[in-house]
Amino acid sequence: MITRSDLPLRVINSSPEAIAKAKKRIARSFKQIRWENIFNKTLMIMGLIMIILVLGILFTLIVQSLPSIKALGLKYLWGKTWNPVEDIYGAWPFLLGTLLTSFLALIISIPFSIAVAVFLGEYHTKGWVPNFLKNAVELIAAVPSVIYGFWGLAVLVPMVRSFEGHVGADPLGVGIFSSSLILAIMIIPYAASLGRSMITLVPSHLKEAAYGLGATRWEVIRSVILPYTKSGLFAGILLSLGRALGETMAVTMVIGNSSAIPKSIFAPGNTMASVIANEFTEADKPVYLSALIELGLVLFLVTVVINLIGKRVIDRFTND
Amino acid sequence: MESSVIKSRNFNASFGANHVVKNVNIDIPRNHIIAVMGPSGCGKTTYLRCINRMHELIPGANSSGEMLLNEEDVYKMHPIFVRLKIGMVFQRPNPFPNLSIYDNVIAGYKLNGVKLPKAEKDRIVEHSLTRVALWNEVKDSLTKKGSFLSGGQQQRLCIARAVAMEPEVILFDEPTSALDPISTSTVEELFHELKANYTLIVVTHNMQQAARVSDKTAFFFLGELVEYDETKTMFTNPKDNRTQNYITGRFS
Amino acid sequence: MQAKSVKYRLGKSYGFQILTYILAFAIVVPLLAILFYIFRAGITRINWHFLVNIPKPVGETGGGIANAIVGSIIIILIAAVIAVPIGIMAGVYLSENRKSRLAYWVRLSTDVLQGVPSIVIGIIAYFWLVKPLRGFSALSGSVALAIMMLPIIVRSTEETLKLLPDSLKEAALALGVPFHRVMFKVIVPVGISGILSGVMLAIARITGETAPLLFTAFGNPYLSVNIAKPMQSLPLLIFNYATSPYTDWLNLAWGASLILLVWVLFLNILTKLLTRKWKVQL
Repeated sequence: MITRSDLPLRVINSSPEAIAKAKKRIARSFKQIRWENIFNKTLMIMGLIMIILVLGILFTLIVQSLPSIKALGLKYLWGKTWNPVEDIYGAWPFLLGTLLTSFLALIISIPFSIAVAVFLGEYHTKGWVPNFLKNAVELIAAVPSVIYGFWGLAVLVPMVRSFEGHVGADPLGVGIFSSSLILAIMIIPYAASLGRSMITLVPSHLKEAAYGLGATRWEVIRSVILPYTKSGLFAGILLSLGRALGETMAVTMVIGNSSAIPKSIFAPGNTMASVIANEFTEADKPVYLSALIELGLVLFLVTVVINLIGKRVIDRFTND
Repeated sequence: MESSVIKSRNFNASFGANHVVKNVNIDIPRNHIIAVMGPSGCGKTTYLRCINRMHELIPGANSSGEMLLNEEDVYKMHPIFVRLKIGMVFQRPNPFPNLSIYDNVIAGYKLNGVKLPKAEKDRIVEHSLTRVALWNEVKDSLTKKGSFLSGGQQQRLCIARAVAMEPEVILFDEPTSALDPISTSTVEELFHELKANYTLIVVTHNMQQAARVSDKTAFFFLGELVEYDETKTMFTNPKDNRTQNYITGRFS
Repeated sequence: MQAKSVKYRLGKSYGFQILTYILAFAIVVPLLAILFYIFRAGITRINWHFLVNIPKPVGETGGGIANAIVGSIIIILIAAVIAVPIGIMAGVYLSENRKSRLAYWVRLSTDVLQGVPSIVIGIIAYFWLVKPLRGFSALSGSVALAIMMLPIIVRSTEETLKLLPDSLKEAALALGVPFHRVMFKVIVPVGISGILSGVMLAIARITGETAPLLFTAFGNPYLSVNIAKPMQSLPLLIFNYATSPYTDWLNLAWGASLILLVWVLFLNILTKLLTRKWKVQL
């Protein structure tokens, strides 16, 4: 057996055919090395696309908001009147509407989210009953928001309307209250599933220490589990809040679309997202459109910050 | 004079600031079995992985010095060419789970897109599996995926996979540490037969294995090549104190 | 100072447990209410006629949602064609470069992108595609949806590949296989179920999205397959017709809602089955 080692391949049996075959394989290997480099560059470019997208979004929002920023200045954000017909722009009604609906939704949903998280994370982690609940939570997150809005219009709004009649408010049905209710249902899954995974991370030796001292189950939850997962639960709430702030369709359909400052939670209103959805295609003046985009910019910045803080808290918690 | 297929000159390797292979000079003769032994963390596996340039896959890893394959510095060649001539068998058997046994053996060709006529492929598969004493056991299940094979059989499949490429050198990184004793001895028997056509470098933490299978042994300690000699001489009459201590079990 | 009696503490613990159970299962109530209501309101509208006809003008009875069904399929398909290759490759990039500086920023950008409200993405697609091309189009809607799909696909690809043992990659590399072939022929095939379930998740997510399509695909009362022109989609149709005062259109919206709900639920169940199969295999 004669072998040749001066080629990048080992050739046993140095016949001309074998050497020719080896040379072909070498040529192919060179070609593949070139492809390998192209592939690596392509991967990097795909990663870069993500960065470019985010920067592009920020850039576009800023550039398109400039006309409004230049014309109206910063006091646009706390202007109380929104009257595009007469060229009066004030964003405060929408900021207020967004804050009201989101925080109201949060307050309503938190007890339920935490209850689900504690139930699934502590009381019953395995079995078909918790599986049922887990699937139910995921289903809530899966239902499209336009369907929530439609159901809200058809079922929730009449219920709220009669409720308002009983408490003496204007029986409109639509308004801040209704949209907060729908929003509350929609954001339950976010805090619930995050809270559940945080709770399962509590080391059992801590719980056992408390039980060993004679604590009841509730006392263990209250004094060991909840404090331990405090930051995780907080992150879950932040994530729910971020979701609530950006939610558009269900809110738009149920909030009543009024640009006046809501006088009570039963009054109709608008959020930043819903006013954009409603008036974007009708904005006929550049400043009008730009004012709406500026709202989009504010929405973008706020939700991004909230989401990043939430993610940072989660990372720190799971790496401790 | 025997020719040396692999030579290292002043070879160093590190992970970031952690200098784990220090100034190794070694000549590895063709068609021999070389055992590389030493206590955990002595740099033997790192050195092995430098030979076929797997070491550099880890971020922060680097090396310096000369690593010659047939007088050519492997660090001046593209890694792909290095690995076509130097094969590797790993500690845990790792056949590709998505390929059949047949495809696993010729994976080196298939994954490289080399199209061979079926007759040629069949020849290579039968030849390689026979070389590792696996042909009779699997010849009727070549199209099945290898997950039903035992650990020892899977490891022999991995050796067949390396052999199919007709490399000059095959590196073994603790090849039997995950296997039961019977599979271990089957694999060790293989080494003697493979020696005729390949040069084998076997890293092992098992001294007895080194004594059983190898012609020459290299002893690494704290990153340095402390002693390198004929196996028989190393185990009966070691020259360095550290080798002596290791062999007599003062540390492991 | 006397410790509270054990009976009291046990009672309190039990009470909180009951409270937790009640609150936890209370969430099922609105869910079931919604599912049943949509089912009841929509099931009577659905027949073959409904599925193959387009909406009729106000006042005429009959009509269907064919334009919305076809439109949804086209828009989603194109969005997937755009997002899946980019998302998977970016995910591969992240799983191969755990610690590099660039990878940090890519990962951060992916997280940021995930949190962007869908209406903002609609605005972006409007300025990037609708204005330059001077008109609403299904393509701009697909691009908006593709941007929303990307973070989901990137993340799940990265997570899937991170779970694969390093020895798989090393075995292939040690055979002298170039990196791109290692990826295509070994790593991705072994992790395909996990990657696929990420893709399915992304599709399920955008199937129900309306806001990004409001000023991109815009909607179309006729059945169109021209991606350079406005196109109808199920969520858009539901939104427009549900907020209208015409009973005929409201009926269409109920039927469409049921179809959309079933479609989304089906995709979610499919994803679950796929994930379970993958977990067993590994």
